[in-house]
Amino acid sequence: MLVRAAVLRRGRAVSALFAMIVAAAVATAMLNLYVDVQAKLRREFRNYGANIVVVGTDGASLPANALAHVDSVLAGRGIAAPFGLVVARTGDGQPIVVAGTDFERVKQLDKWWSVSAWPTIPTSRAEDAREMGHPESSPALIGVRALAAVAPNNQTFDLSFQGHILHVTPAGTVQTGAAEDSRIYISLADFVAWTGVQPSTIEVAASGSPEEVAGIMNQLTQAIPAGDVRPVRQIMEGEARVLGKTRSTLLAAAALIILTAALCVLSTLMGWVFDRRRDFAIMKALGASGRVLNGFFAAEAAVIGATGALIGFVVGIGIAAWIGRVNFHAPVVPRWSVLPVVLAGSMAVTLLSAILPISLLRRVQPAVILRGE
Amino acid sequence: MFVRLVYESFRRQKRRKLLAGAAITLGVTVATAMIAVATDIGDKINRELRTIGANLVVTPQEDSLDVEIGGVSLKPPTDGAFLSEADLPKIKGIFWHNNITGFAPMLPVNAVIERNGKPLDVTLLGTYFAKQISFGTDQFTTGVRSTYPWWKVSGAWPEDSSRDVLMGERLASRLDAKPGNEITLAGQQLQVSGILSTGGAEDDEVVVPLGLAQGILGRPDAVKRVYVSALTKPEDAFARRDPKSLSGAIYDRWYCSPYPQSIAFQLAEAIPHSHAEQIRQVAQNEGAVLTRIEGLIFLITLAALFSSALAVSAAMATAIFERRAEVGLMKALGAGKLAVASIFFAEATLLALIGGFVGFGVGSVLAHQIGHSIFNSEISIPPVLLPVILAIAVIVTFAGSAAAIRRAVGLDPVFALRGEL
Repeated sequence: MLVRAAVLRRGRAVSALFAMIVAAAVATAMLNLYVDVQAKLRREFRNYGANIVVVGTDGASLPANALAHVDSVLAGRGIAAPFGLVVARTGDGQPIVVAGTDFERVKQLDKWWSVSAWPTIPTSRAEDAREMGHPESSPALIGVRALAAVAPNNQTFDLSFQGHILHVTPAGTVQTGAAEDSRIYISLADFVAWTGVQPSTIEVAASGSPEEVAGIMNQLTQAIPAGDVRPVRQIMEGEARVLGKTRSTLLAAAALIILTAALCVLSTLMGWVFDRRRDFAIMKALGASGRVLNGFFAAEAAVIGATGALIGFVVGIGIAAWIGRVNFHAPVVPRWSVLPVVLAGSMAVTLLSAILPISLLRRVQPAVILRGE
Repeated sequence: MFVRLVYESFRRQKRRKLLAGAAITLGVTVATAMIAVATDIGDKINRELRTIGANLVVTPQEDSLDVEIGGVSLKPPTDGAFLSEADLPKIKGIFWHNNITGFAPMLPVNAVIERNGKPLDVTLLGTYFAKQISFGTDQFTTGVRSTYPWWKVSGAWPEDSSRDVLMGERLASRLDAKPGNEITLAGQQLQVSGILSTGGAEDDEVVVPLGLAQGILGRPDAVKRVYVSALTKPEDAFARRDPKSLSGAIYDRWYCSPYPQSIAFQLAEAIPHSHAEQIRQVAQNEGAVLTRIEGLIFLITLAALFSSALAVSAAMATAIFERRAEVGLMKALGAGKLAVASIFFAEATLLALIGGFVGFGVGSVLAHQIGHSIFNSEISIPPVLLPVILAIAVIVTFAGSAAAIRRAVGLDPVFALRGEL
């Protein structure tokens, strides 16, 4: 009987189902985005670079295995780059800050560095040459302000640190608008061989929620007792604020949209049920009890609600994935936990929109309805 | 006759009209609120992003190289060139002065601190905390309290004209200093008004009012660099062009766009002998974050518009479908298709206009509420939005009714009156 009722009144049933699908799809997409956008935006914020720094206590160097410890703590949940810093002298005795680092890591950590050309390090060859007593010149990344002072014509120059001389060839320039512009960056291997100083700072960009980052900081403190692990508050607080505000805006938008969609379903379905008051009256006139009638209409509504919710869920996942691809260049992962919420919500709305008109009609005599008054 | 038909239809079918009107009002409310939020979100998030710190820095043009490790300057502080403090208010005189949310001058000075008889070398940082500055008739307050909101002070912030200082927390714990303690700094008796925690190099420094640092350095009016917080537009290929290579109207367009580059260019113009540059870590990334969030809200606004259009259409279709007996009667009495359709369209327009006006009002209130509760600031609603919203409401209502009206008009009056589809 249910099936035949649906088939006979195809037009109206289809439009009710359509409204349900749209509402469920919109709700699914919004809930999915709401859950996933946090993670997506956090990834954007990791482009700001390090949110944790590990420095040697009181300016001392970190132990040689510190970077390995950091990498094992991170286990793919971020990126870390070591920095060793000394003040060296140029040929004419001017002091200049020289930093040793791992260019491959810095490239991923500090994406805002505007670099003309990254130095390529032919590690084995350079080390061979050094062992044989023919010090090769080290390729270096020169800060734009330092360049004018040390190598205005891009020529090879010498740096001295505690009597040790290093030949440096400018490979490219770096511009950041901050302290980096006045520095010279060479590879960590060259730096350690030249100065004998181990890196004193490890910058860490840890990904994840504030709790996960706090957990990583705890593990780092335990793994490197000789180091001081500090959060970069500037980045962490800015991130938390912007994410919080975006999330609240999204929540407000989601609430508005879901409300509209639910009301759309409610009005369509109520219209549909009202439209069928003749069926209702005939059934009642033929002796159907109130409970049977309620059950009949409720079951119909539930079928529409469930079907609409399921189809809508699939469509909604598609919409969320599309928004993710267009805006974040990464698909939004489907959250199955959204499904029961959408399903329950849909059923509740459809049942409500079936029960409301029925309870109104129940009080009316079938004869009145059948006469069309 | 036509007017009377429409009027009576509204008078006698109050319930149905109210239902359809409510749907339109709700749809327009959601649309207005979402459009208002979407047009303003860029500005709001931009202001939130300013909490990450200054995005521009102004330095002396002919400065010597910084020799700085971990925020500690290793070069004689009198070395190199300085900016003049008297020029700073001119920052508020540039073309994009409304986009400058704040600035803070910095003057690092090396000094010896004495406490309990032990001398210790420290870096002093002279700056503005919350300084009253006037430029022309403009009054404004600026300093680190607005440009660096993550600086936390336990105790009290010093007055800019006072001789009170802030002590970095790591330095304070080494010296065992507390708010209210007296310290001897470069031979002067000063009071620690608060302990500063920043998570950065300042934790090992003493932050003092600018005038005090200038006095210790012996160079009144000197400033080493100025950090400027400005609301900027994400950089694009046009922004990266060299202003010297542009000419005429193209140069004007570059100059009058709030790119980090053009604001830096104007800052360097305003302050004599200076060089201004974007701090790439902040400036580059905020463009990316801003673009993402704006894009997200834009797409969601589209979804909101779509779902409210659908709600309005559904309500209109239901309302008209219920009236097919009426259509049958009119047709049986000799009304043409056009006459019937025009009655329905007139009713739909009227409903759309009423619903549109009410919805716009409610939506504006809603947008204000969202602005207040989330961003603590007004969301401005451009007046031009009203005609746009009304036009959209009428079009959507028309579109939603069209199919239902066509079906109703196409019905055979005999079937319609008998109540068979």
